[in-house]
Parts: sequence; C-alpha cells; structure tokens
Amino acid sequence: MSDVVLLVVTGLGLGALYFLAASGLSLIYGLMGVLNFAHGAFMVAGAYAGWLTMSGLPASWGVGLRMAVAIAVAVAVGALIGFVVEVVLIRPLYRRHIQQVLVTVGLSLAAVAAVQGIWGSDAHPLEKPRWLASTTDLAGAQVPNDRFLFIAAAVLLFSALLALLHFTRLGLVIRAGVENRTMVEALGINVQRTFSVVFAIGGAAAGLAGLLGGVYANSVSPLQGGAMLIYAFIVVVIGGMGSLTGTAVAAVAVGLVQQLANYYAASGVGDLSVVLLLAVVLLVRPASMQGAH
Amino acid sequence: MTTTTHERTGTPPTPILEVDDLHVRYGGSHILQGVSFAVPATGVTALLGRNGVGKTTTLKAILGLAPRTGGVALDGDDITRWSVTRTVREGVGYVPEDREVFGGLTVDENLRLVGGDVGADAPVVAELFPDLVNRRAQKAGTLSGGQQQMVALARVLLRDNRLLLVDEPTKGLAPKLVTEVADVLARVAETAPILLVEQNLPVVRRIADTVVVLDAGQVVHRGPAEELMADPDLTRELLGVSMRREARQ
Repeated sequence: MSDVVLLVVTGLGLGALYFLAASGLSLIYGLMGVLNFAHGAFMVAGAYAGWLTMSGLPASWGVGLRMAVAIAVAVAVGALIGFVVEVVLIRPLYRRHIQQVLVTVGLSLAAVAAVQGIWGSDAHPLEKPRWLASTTDLAGAQVPNDRFLFIAAAVLLFSALLALLHFTRLGLVIRAGVENRTMVEALGINVQRTFSVVFAIGGAAAGLAGLLGGVYANSVSPLQGGAMLIYAFIVVVIGGMGSLTGTAVAAVAVGLVQQLANYYAASGVGDLSVVLLLAVVLLVRPASMQGAH
Repeated sequence: MTTTTHERTGTPPTPILEVDDLHVRYGGSHILQGVSFAVPATGVTALLGRNGVGKTTTLKAILGLAPRTGGVALDGDDITRWSVTRTVREGVGYVPEDREVFGGLTVDENLRLVGGDVGADAPVVAELFPDLVNRRAQKAGTLSGGQQQMVALARVLLRDNRLLLVDEPTKGLAPKLVTEVADVLARVAETAPILLVEQNLPVVRRIADTVVVLDAGQVVHRGPAEELMADPDLTRELLGVSMRREARQ
C-alpha cells in the first residue's frame, strides 16, 4: 500500500512538473499556432536565473527566503524573455510556420551554447531548504517533500490560468482567439497584444518549471530544458494542443504512467510507456496533433 | 419621410466607401481584377453575382483580410495601409459568411468580446434580438443557424459603425428566418449603410437601394436595385437566375 501511495504522489509530482512545462506551450500553440521549440531555453533561463539568485543573495537570508525570491526571479525572467522573443523574433514571422520552427530551434541551440559558454557544461548544485530535502510520512510512505511543492505550484498555476481564461477580458480574447484568430481581429480586437501577453505567461510558467526542475534534479544544467521539452510536447499532444484542461489531465497521466512503469516493469520502461501512450492517443484520436489549428 | 440635404440640393451624396481598381491575387489566381465602385452613405448596397465571382473576396479585401492592391477609401480616408483592427475600430463592421460565431463561448461572451462591459444586456440586443437575451448563457455552438446569425449581427452592432459589410446573412436559413434577418437589416440600415453580399434576390429586392454586380472579378453593372430587379432579362443575363423563380422560392 505504501508503495502505491509513494508511486502515486511522486507520479503526481512529476506530472505537475510536466504541466508547468507544458501549459505555456499549449497556450502559445492554441492561440498563435506557434510550435515554440525555444520553450526549453525559457526553462533553462528560469533555472539559471533562480540558481544565480540563490547563490547571489546573502546566506544570512536563509535558504527558504532565498528560494522564494529565486522562484519569483525565475518567473519574472521567464516572462520577460518570453515577451521579448515574441516581439523581436516571432512577431515578424506569424503564419510562416517553417521559419518559426527554424528560429525557435536556432534560439534553443544558441541559448544552450551561450549558457555553456558562460557557466560551463556541468550541472550546478542547487541548494534546497531543509524541508524540501526531507520526506513526509503519508500512509506509511516516505514521500519527498519537493513533490508537494511541485503539485502545489501546478495546482496554483492551473487555477490561476483557468481564472484568467474564464473571468477576465484577456481570457475571453484568448479563448476566442484559440477558436478563430482571424475573426477576433475582424471584430476589431488587437490580437497582437494578446500574443505578447500569452508568450509572457508561457515564459513565466516555463521559468518556474525550469527552477522547480532544478529542485527535482538537485541541480541546474544547460541541457535540462531540452529533456523537459520533449515530455512537455508529448503532454501537449496527448492533451489536445491548445486545451489547458487536456494538458493538465495528460500531464498527470504521463507522470503516473512513467512512475508506475518504472517501478513495476523495469527502470527505463517508463519513458517507453510514455511514448506508447502518445502513439495510442494519436492512433485513437489523430486530431490531437492538430489542436485548434 | 425626411428629406436629406442631397435630395434637397440635387447633389449626389458623398459615398461612405470608395473602392478603386481593387485587385486580389491568391497564389496563381487573379480573383479581383480591378474592381471599382462606391457605396452611398445611406441605405443598402447589394453586391451581386454568380458563385465564385469574388463577392466575399471583395468584402475581405475592403477589410484587409485578403491581400489587396488598389485603393479603398472610407469617408475620404485612404484605408489601404490600415490594419484590420484599425479599420474595424474606425467603424467598419463585418458579418462574415457562415457567421463564424465562437462556438465554445456563450452568447453573452460572444457579445462582450466586442461590447466589453455590455453583452446580452445591451439595449440594441434587447430591441433587435430579444431571443438572444434569453439564451445569453447558452454556448453559441449549440444555437441554430438563424440564432447564430443573430449573434453575428448583434455583436457588430455593439460598436458604432460607419459602414457594415454583411456577407450572405440569409444563407441556409429557413424562409421565416430569412424574413426576420431581412427585417433586422432594414432597421440597421436606417442608422448605418450596408454593403450586402446576398444571393437571395427577393431580399435584395426588398431592402437594397443600389446594386453592384460582379462577374469574373470585375464590375459588370452598377445602378439602382429597382432598375435591375424590374428587368428580368438583365437579371437573368447578369445573375443567371429568374426573378420569378426566385420569388416563388
């Protein structure tokens, strides 16, 4: 029983990380039709911004406070980078999908190279508050506390995004834009501004995912974004591109399947199971790949 | 009936829209080949023609939704460099073919998208589309075609329009609904001129003042609607339909 509890909670924690990484990707694709391969670079930016903040703040502040500030900085840096990338690189290339892919892939490669050039290729250990590094007894299972942080962050982000989508004018425009962007423009609404905001939101979520990914791995590294991005894309495709709730459900499913398969089959089978899950979803529901576009 | 200045003085009214030598090319196809016409500042101007002659493309090109060359002037202002958003905000309302309401949004949300603080509670909605007030919480995608058409019309009326571009508003509607939509358009035209693409000739006969006929991407006829509708041979020649047959339908 304790094994099941442990697997489910850690699987949910992993799913929560995937949701943090995938939600921005899904929103950006849903509204703008942009497959943002630079999303992994946003995660790396958030992770390194958080790590630099943790390292730069005085030790007298305590690890918990420094971590809280680092999270805020990671979110802010992710949002800023997302906004700038949209305005400078994506905006001139709307409806030119191949060029968008080339630019975002190029940006992700350049960002990783830049990080490696400045801070080296090795992973940098990330300090954690004592509570995060310890476990909590849950029905006999010793659950790592960082999983609760991931789950709480994902629930908070999911709730905030749902509230944004359903109770604000910006959300109304985003929901309409996901259905029919051209018609939104034809009603006199400046979709361009909405694109920038959505990219900033996606960047903020990616920044948070990057730093919490560092907490999960106990370190930040230049390649962590690429690894997370693969799972984020799988989650977005399984969830139906552009659907936030679908993304949340898919993230949980992928996290649980991966964790359970790794435990009950063999280590490494989890990744294979996720790919199989993706294949099954695409075979049963090929429209997942198309989403709103 | 009030008398307008131009009627008293005999001077022609200034057009609200002037389209000059408009061209649209999609890939290798030359869809509009130098379309020129003017829309008077009052009443309904019907843009007619057989299927595929470029009527919908003309409306899209005026709004900026289709890649265009040539001149388009709104009330004397050259709008060819304006974005779609600016053109709409400057007073050109657009009701597209097939309604294109947002099916996942409620009726009220569809309206608030344009109206901001007001939606189904706007006076114009209560006055012209009372049925929508009762259906405000219903998802627009679950409405009938006629109700969706009402949403599409209502949402543009939440802005102050100088001109309305309305594309086949009666397409696919039951005869009773066609009459309702025509009634609404006639009332709307009292406050804003309409450039109307319409295949239903009895509706054109009823509400249009002026007609522009396209064929193969060019204007082949302009004039009073009455004149065209009264001439069965010309109607048949230009539109390929008989007014008598249309009237029976």
